[in-house]
Amino acid sequence: MNDSTTREPSVPVASAAGGADVPKAYRYRSMERLLLPGTSAVALVSALMGGSLVVGMGLAIIGLLAFWLLTHSRLSAALITGYASTAAAWFLIGELDAGNSPGPGFWLQVVAAWAMAWACVEQLAAINTLSRFYQLLLNILIPLLFGLWLLILWELLTRGLNVPQVLLPSPSLIAERFTESTSILWADFQQTFLKAVLIGYALGCGSGFLVAVLIDRSPFLQRGLLPIGNLVSALPIVGVAPIMVMWFGFDWPSKAAVVVIMTFFPMLVNTVAGLSAAQPMQHDLMKTYAASYWQSLFKLRLPEALPFIFNALKINSTLAMIGAIVAEFFGTPTVGMGFRISTEVGRMNVDMVWAEIAVAALAGSLFYGAIALTERMLTFWHPSNRS
Amino acid sequence: MSKTPAKVGRAAAWLPVATVVFGILLLWYVFAVVLNLPWEKSVATRAGTSPAMMSMVENTMRQERPVLPAPHQVVEEIINTTVKKKITSKRSLVFHAGITLSSSMLGFAMGTLLGILLAIAIVYNRALNKSLMPWIIASQTIPILAIAPMIIVVLNAVGIQGLLPKAFISMYLSFFPVVVGMVKGLNSPDRSHVDLMHTYSASPFQTFFKLRLPTSLPYLFTSMKVAVAISLVGAIVAELPTGAVAGLGARLLAGSYYGQTIQIWSALVVASVLAALLVMIVDLLGRWVNRRMGLARNDNAAAGAH
Repeated sequence: MNDSTTREPSVPVASAAGGADVPKAYRYRSMERLLLPGTSAVALVSALMGGSLVVGMGLAIIGLLAFWLLTHSRLSAALITGYASTAAAWFLIGELDAGNSPGPGFWLQVVAAWAMAWACVEQLAAINTLSRFYQLLLNILIPLLFGLWLLILWELLTRGLNVPQVLLPSPSLIAERFTESTSILWADFQQTFLKAVLIGYALGCGSGFLVAVLIDRSPFLQRGLLPIGNLVSALPIVGVAPIMVMWFGFDWPSKAAVVVIMTFFPMLVNTVAGLSAAQPMQHDLMKTYAASYWQSLFKLRLPEALPFIFNALKINSTLAMIGAIVAEFFGTPTVGMGFRISTEVGRMNVDMVWAEIAVAALAGSLFYGAIALTERMLTFWHPSNRS
Repeated sequence: MSKTPAKVGRAAAWLPVATVVFGILLLWYVFAVVLNLPWEKSVATRAGTSPAMMSMVENTMRQERPVLPAPHQVVEEIINTTVKKKITSKRSLVFHAGITLSSSMLGFAMGTLLGILLAIAIVYNRALNKSLMPWIIASQTIPILAIAPMIIVVLNAVGIQGLLPKAFISMYLSFFPVVVGMVKGLNSPDRSHVDLMHTYSASPFQTFFKLRLPTSLPYLFTSMKVAVAISLVGAIVAELPTGAVAGLGARLLAGSYYGQTIQIWSALVVASVLAALLVMIVDLLGRWVNRRMGLARNDNAAAGAH
């Protein structure tokens, strides 16, 4: 279990130890000793208990094969288990499509397929490759596989157990609803994200940044504003939403106003902290260059503050989405993501709600991803980005 | 998160803060006059009178439903609805704050526990670290509060009512900072310390309880400060979509329905005071634990554990 502390006793140690060509016998780690043989056993039992013979035998054989294979090549073991588990999942979903009612054999096969997928993730995570490209590929592939299996299990469980659609619709239903109502979703996205979130975000972050630069020359104001800014960051600011709706009306400006207030203080606090991040040595260097205040601000202190500023930008991206959507609970024109969610919940159209959530999740992640990417491009020089 | 630019004495520290607070109050009054004046003017023109400017300005301080209530009106309302009302009364803010507080505390406790357990699993299992961690981070880019109405309706359909649905939303919001902080904290022991435990041939359990867990405590408390504030936000927002009848969120909603601006502002102020108090309590608790463990000097080590 303690992988993080002990180094793996695998190939490099053996070859360095002596001239003998025979590699040391592979020592299975505790997890591996259980997982794949266990999968095979479960798959065998499932075939006996009325599950599909092909899936049961296939999983059992591939489990044992992979168990042997991983002593030679983790990658091929991972590939074969990944392929087999996905194929099995496909087959199991197909069985549900055909209208077969799932029995104990079916559920055992679900467990076996999932365990095999987990074994695949374990193997992939244990691979140590020297190439940065392949490591990056792995780091993307592993969470994707995990997410895919979350969806597969969700689909199998909701449909296999006949979970009422009002409680939790299956991913396939949500996807269907998504493709059917793209025009509504797009209109909501425009209203909430493109107008309220983006405009409010730009105004809030921009003004927070400007105020931070303006008070930069007054330590007195800084000492006064910083504790208050820190305090305000902890307050439930979304509560101003009803007030903003009263002041600015039902349309997007009131939502943008909430976003402005929510994003202002994190930006202010982080920028002020970032502007004091430069080292005394660097300040001295600027002095020896006879740099003016503005020169040293633009050439030294603002670049030094970038990691802090991007930290605020990232925090604010989430806050902005929350602020805009919550403000819509207090009144909107009949369009917008928050509006749609609260009305469709009332009508028990839960699949539509999930489609809307999917849009929000996608928009939120892409927004965050775009900021993170920009950060990497602009702060490539920072120690945390240089390995 | 930040340090004051220079180490200054106690007396010098509160002076700037007091000045800024005073400035904010002053601005508030100015805005109250500016925003409420149009109403006074329209009242005057409808009545056909033309009162002196000064009396109109005075009146802006005591409107029934001002656009922006003056600070003293809010304070008055808070005193009326806390000290002068019985706690059991439906109109007492203490009663509403208590309801919101209890669900946010339940959610905070569950979230912290979940966060710690997840962090332990992530630290001890490399596959989990690689597969789950990206999703935990992605989970926070989803505006969870948007899902709040659905979670409440769905849990209602299963028969779960009362505190728990609201606590769930608080939990979802508060587990995240705890996971991130604890993963950092559990990984924070020096390599040499881990090696030392090895030379003692300590079991993984011993290493965990005697080294990793104690080292992670400062990180835990830093994350808990963020988590406790955010769990209160979760509880308040969770009260909005269901048309809850009690709680600070319900007060906000009712206030916005009936245009009772003073009620909205007083609920907001009480919520803010509550949040500040909670953060302070966790902070004090963290300092106390750190001092007992002799970690007080390393306070700054956890400062970056955001």
